[in-house]
Amino acid sequence: MKEILQVEGLCKTFRLSAKQQKLEKTHDKVRTAVDHLYFTANEGEIFGLLGPNGAGKTTTLRMLATLIKPDSGDAIIDGSSIVKAPDQVRSKIGFLTSELKLEDFFTPNYLFDFFSHLHQVPEETIQSRKEQLFTRFGISPFAEVKVANLSTGMKQKVSLAISIVHNPDIIIFDEPTNGLDVLTAKVVTDFLLELKKQGKTVIVSTHIFSLIEKICDRVGIIIQGKMILCDSLTQVCAGKSLEDRFFEIYAETVGEDA
Amino acid sequence: MNNILTILKKELARFFGDKRLAFSSILLPGLMIYIMYTFMGSALSTMFESTEEASSLYAVSVPASLQETLSSQFSITEVEPSQVDALQTDIENQDANILVVFPSDFDEAVAVYDSASGAAAPAVEIYYNSANTDSSTAQSVLVSILDQYESALANKFDVNPGDPSLYDLASDRDSAAMIFSSMLPMLLMIFLFTGCMSVAPESIAGEKERGTIATLLVTPVKRSHIAIGKIIALSIIALLSGISSTLGTVLSMPALMGAASDNMNIGIYTVSDFLLLAVVILSTVLFLVAVISVISAYARTIKEAQSYVTPLMIIATLIGITAMFGGGAPQDWFYYFIPLYNSVQCMSAIFSFTCIPVNALITVASNLIYSVVFVFILTRMFNNEHVVFGK
Repeated sequence: MKEILQVEGLCKTFRLSAKQQKLEKTHDKVRTAVDHLYFTANEGEIFGLLGPNGAGKTTTLRMLATLIKPDSGDAIIDGSSIVKAPDQVRSKIGFLTSELKLEDFFTPNYLFDFFSHLHQVPEETIQSRKEQLFTRFGISPFAEVKVANLSTGMKQKVSLAISIVHNPDIIIFDEPTNGLDVLTAKVVTDFLLELKKQGKTVIVSTHIFSLIEKICDRVGIIIQGKMILCDSLTQVCAGKSLEDRFFEIYAETVGEDA
Repeated sequence: MNNILTILKKELARFFGDKRLAFSSILLPGLMIYIMYTFMGSALSTMFESTEEASSLYAVSVPASLQETLSSQFSITEVEPSQVDALQTDIENQDANILVVFPSDFDEAVAVYDSASGAAAPAVEIYYNSANTDSSTAQSVLVSILDQYESALANKFDVNPGDPSLYDLASDRDSAAMIFSSMLPMLLMIFLFTGCMSVAPESIAGEKERGTIATLLVTPVKRSHIAIGKIIALSIIALLSGISSTLGTVLSMPALMGAASDNMNIGIYTVSDFLLLAVVILSTVLFLVAVISVISAYARTIKEAQSYVTPLMIIATLIGITAMFGGGAPQDWFYYFIPLYNSVQCMSAIFSFTCIPVNALITVASNLIYSVVFVFILTRMFNNEHVVFGK
């Protein structure tokens, strides 16, 4: 199996303000969000990053999506470095997070065309792909409704469709089902499985065990910016439920540090 | 190139698709200025008109020598000396405007009076109410008639007798040019700046605030293309807004200036003057939009961006005022490297027909270079995660 993503020692620190330092009773001027992270993902699998809030999942995915730059380390996505060739990386991936908003003023139809053009998708492909994705997500009846007037679930589905206008081979989703009702969440998870069937690689981050158990082939557990364990789901679970295993691992790790 | 166009089209679609936004930033400024100036102009002229109607004059023993002159300005009601007290009360209560009391033997007394004798001169008394505009205007008209009559009595020499326009040798073209060159550069600067300020913070700080800029940044589009696309689109909108305000001003000029506007005809300028002006304005708008965009990218919210830009607006206005002073645009080329000042002086020079081509060229070129520098800075800022995600 081909490794399509290699994360090689990614590090990211953030500066702490004086106020934060006082609040957390520390004299460290920087907080390490991601600490020498290594992992790989194989082509055609769904890889899950699991970890508590503040573990560094979002920061890691943002670095992979080239929205922020690592302090050190690198990641190679389908042969392109996120540090040296961010433009290439951006054209190979689809990135979705709840922080990426769509402009309220425009309609899904307009935005789909707009982002397709930015990705240099040929005109004929745009129309067929739009029809296919809009039908798949039930966006068609709302295609001419301004984003501002769409429901949260519909907005998320439009964002999802738009994040993959260019039919990328690697899809990175930060908390794909956060804030969605069960029906919309199911549409999203079903779609992720569908992407996998098409041979795409999907990287998701979440703190929801059931989501990982349901869709992921391999899982990496991040705690305090470090990769604690990274293996196939069955290996990680070792016969127990993922939830039980996670609490064991968490207790071991944080216990060691304390 | 395609991406620049896509970004540009989206920005324009965003702006013109939103009818309220387009109306409030393009049509409204021009309309407001037109209505305001027209209203001011007509209010001013009614103030002057009212004095012409209110020219009823109560007079006691009008002398024959002044009868004709006075009746040309006033409708005279002759009253008896016994009515003076009653009229004074009327004037105090603003029921009457003005009363003039001549001595009964005014003409004879004036004829025999010798100013060298040291005796008291014959006195004319004018009762009026300075709190009443009509009354005080009538008073000053009356005083000036009497002053003229007095100086005519002892006429030793005249200054500029006859038609005053025979003596002012400035051509209509020159006087119009002077007014245009001192006022329009400042107005244009304010209008252009307001135009830029109404769109750039919204488009850049606004996208940051709403989180939509990150969506744009995960696409493979070059940051420089985003910056260029946005700046060109914003310049187009700012330019339209500036044109609307300028049209509002020019169209309301006749109402505002009244008779004085007869000479103020922008037809004195040739097509090449306007072309040169257009190029200077274009480069100025590019520069302003680029600067305001960088400031907006630094700001976290639209409000913050607007408060950062406000001091700059004051500076731009002050620089605009320099066109009114200092005896015309400077000739030395190095002044034309100073941003904003170069545009103001260049426009002033164009309006006064004294523009030196090299200086105009330096103005346009340096504005373009500064704009490119700011586009470069904006690109760098879009690449900076602290700018894009900074809280």
